[in-house]
Amino acid sequence: MTGKQRLESVVKYVLMFSALMSILIVVMIGIFTFREAIPAFREIGIIKLLTGTVWRPGQGQYGILAMIAGSGLVTLGAVVIGVPLALGCAIFLSEIAPPAVKSIVRPSIELLAGIPSVVYGLFGMVVIVPLVRNIDVPGNTGFGLLSASIVLAVMILPTISSVSEYAIRSVPKRFREGSFAMGATKWETMTKVILPGARSGIMSAIILGLGRALGETIAMIMVIGNSVIIPFASTDNPLSIFLSRARTLTGNIAVEINYATGLHESALFATGVILFILIMLMNSSARMLIGRKKWEKK
Amino acid sequence: MKLILKGSSLLTSALFVLAIMGFSSSAGAADVIVAGSTTVQPLAELLAESYESFTDGVTIIVQGGGSSVGVKSAANGTADIGMASREVKNSEFEEHPGLAVHTIARDGIAIVVHPRSGVTSLSLEQVRGIFSGEITNWNEVGGENTPVIVVSREEGSGTRAAFEDMVMDDALICLGAILQPSNGAVRTTVSITPSSIAYLSFGYMDNSVAPVSIDGVSPTVANATGGSYPVVRPLNMITLGQPSEAAAGWLGFILGEDGQAIVVSEGYLPVN
Repeated sequence: MTGKQRLESVVKYVLMFSALMSILIVVMIGIFTFREAIPAFREIGIIKLLTGTVWRPGQGQYGILAMIAGSGLVTLGAVVIGVPLALGCAIFLSEIAPPAVKSIVRPSIELLAGIPSVVYGLFGMVVIVPLVRNIDVPGNTGFGLLSASIVLAVMILPTISSVSEYAIRSVPKRFREGSFAMGATKWETMTKVILPGARSGIMSAIILGLGRALGETIAMIMVIGNSVIIPFASTDNPLSIFLSRARTLTGNIAVEINYATGLHESALFATGVILFILIMLMNSSARMLIGRKKWEKK
Repeated sequence: MKLILKGSSLLTSALFVLAIMGFSSSAGAADVIVAGSTTVQPLAELLAESYESFTDGVTIIVQGGGSSVGVKSAANGTADIGMASREVKNSEFEEHPGLAVHTIARDGIAIVVHPRSGVTSLSLEQVRGIFSGEITNWNEVGGENTPVIVVSREEGSGTRAAFEDMVMDDALICLGAILQPSNGAVRTTVSITPSSIAYLSFGYMDNSVAPVSIDGVSPTVANATGGSYPVVRPLNMITLGQPSEAAAGWLGFILGEDGQAIVVSEGYLPVN
């Protein structure tokens, strides 16, 4: 074996080791979390845990349905607010913005990604919450899903926008030229050629954003109110559900783990397991969705 | 060949670092390990620092974990002394009859409202009604016609446990309450939320929130020391049986003149 070949094989194994390491870490985290959660699953029961609406560890009541609803709704809210904004940014940056504008906008968006989430939480608490409180609905405190969704939307914006921008830019130039050659306007080219071409990239951008949204913790704790109630609409308008307070799965763990012992602690690990499974389900179903769309096109 | 060596030595050193980390966590040479309540922790750290400065050969390591952890670690011997910002529960005494409680200071819990709420006095009964969710509008207790917004600490917090113990009796804090995970976050929430109410450790009171008198007694250090203010909790050090010599020395210092002076300077009530 020559020196070069030896180098090749060393590099190969080092790289393989790195890849295996990340799998190993994921598996170990999974096993550890699950092992800690076993007492909760055994003593409380999976059905009771998943469908129970009352969480009072002091009274031995462990139901996390309210937290599942809270996490789901706040993520939905963040997507509804954040995705159009992020896609707008991405399209503007890749198709419309002149280089001078681009050189200001892109670093600003990247800067958003670098702000620690506790700073977002603080901003949400002292700026967004008082603003939301101005909505005149009985019982509205400002703390709740709407404030949390707005904060979260800003937090997922950089992820979604930069990944989608990359997807849009990687649509081959000839598609664009072909479209223009057929007399299509810029708008038609964008909506009928470029966006469909970048669809799978944009989908994965949104999924990445969803994962970030589901996992966000500290900023949520600061603005969502953390009440263990299933969010409800307090007026005839169903949208007022977003003024309701809630608690997220991640918030449940972070708020209580410091003091938890015994079954309570195990129930918090069980919350983690549920979160783990939810995120895996979401990722794989999204992947299937993207896969099928591609299949249909062929 | 050189490269392979490099790679393997990297691996070995990584393993070595891991091994050291494993050892150091199990082999601390501390004389007194103290763990538990995060309310008592900062006070205990100060008391430990001050004691160590004039005592040779005694190291006091103070860790957090919460009041329940404090009781538990004293009971099972993971710590020499457990800290709890509440009374030891009967259930805990039943499980570990050997626990000895040393009260090192006392802390008042004030009921606070948003500064512009206009409510300045409540009865203990009314406070209980508000936090349990029976009273939902300020006009039921002499305030304006606006819904009450209850702010509370999370389940397991020592401050919450002490509040439940002394104010709530068997009533439960309503599920709709805004929960914040620290005294500081509770204070900020009340200060920016009109018509909100919460309970707060005396040490965290400032002008951003307004204190409420209970049964006509305002929450001041003087009233709490004199015994007329009803919501005062003990800050406890817990040992299993008699403390070790080193631990007893430190506890003696805390209860002595110098220790109690530190207690007072930190805004808590002395025990004597």
